[in-house]
Amino acid sequence: MKSAVIVFPGSNCDRDLAVAIEKITGTAPTMVWHGDRDFADVDFIGIPGGFSYGDYLRSGAIATRSPVMAEVGRRAAAGVKVFGVCNGFQILTEAGLLPGALMRNAGLKFICKDLYLKVETNKTAFTNAYTTDEVIRIPVAHHDGNYFADDATLDALEANGQVAFRYCDRNGNVDDAANPNGSQRNIAGITNAAGNVLGMMPHPERMIERALGGDDGRRLFESVLNTLETA
Amino acid sequence: MKAKVHVTLKEGVLDPQGKAIRHALGDLGFDGVDKVRQGKFIELDIAETDKDAAAAQVEDMCKKLLANTVIENYSIELE
Repeated sequence: MKSAVIVFPGSNCDRDLAVAIEKITGTAPTMVWHGDRDFADVDFIGIPGGFSYGDYLRSGAIATRSPVMAEVGRRAAAGVKVFGVCNGFQILTEAGLLPGALMRNAGLKFICKDLYLKVETNKTAFTNAYTTDEVIRIPVAHHDGNYFADDATLDALEANGQVAFRYCDRNGNVDDAANPNGSQRNIAGITNAAGNVLGMMPHPERMIERALGGDDGRRLFESVLNTLETA
Repeated sequence: MKAKVHVTLKEGVLDPQGKAIRHALGDLGFDGVDKVRQGKFIELDIAETDKDAAAAQVEDMCKKLLANTVIENYSIELE
């Protein structure tokens, strides 16, 4: 699998993402700087977490207008798998590659801890190695993770099976008590309508082996491998 | 020409920062504040001298960068 990780000034999870990709797929990704207008042909593009451009204006707003993102948009339209985690999710929504927006956490605090997620569907390119309704444990670390979209958009996401992950408790209950940041309908991760772009606030790349506290994030990358091998 | 842009959250979009400000005002004894909505103010010095052209230009800036129209409204004043 050929992959790329996009690096912005202020990205800080780019190396974690690169290490996860290399360990799981066996091939190191190409690291692509935000000012590059073009990069090698790849099957998978990772947009890492961090604080691109210091979160100036809005989280992800400036990164979205950097030269490399125009090319990421073209690749996404052509069907390349694009995965945005945390700040990467914010960038994908700002770019219009995913619907909705990520706002300040409802509790106003930066949240950094392990949380439980419910895998809403395993019928995506990024979740096929999980079981639908499975509960997994993945860390979050964000200040602006409060997913917002209008009701019509939310209904469309649900109807199309685009909600990939929701915040839940350890028993899989999706309710307000398990919602860390005020996200509409406990949404933690969504895909685009075509299914080749996933954005999520939690960090699966930080849970890829036992030594890191768990390996529930590993199967996300394995899912992409499965998808590309059977394509 | 100077352009002044106000960016505010749309009605119906929860504004937790506005809520926190309202609580803090209450703690300071400023009673009677029912609601606080917080936004951004952006001032631009632009070369364009034609008012209509400037308005169109700043409108385009708002749509493309200054505001996220999924959650925000904007208003423009030109001087």
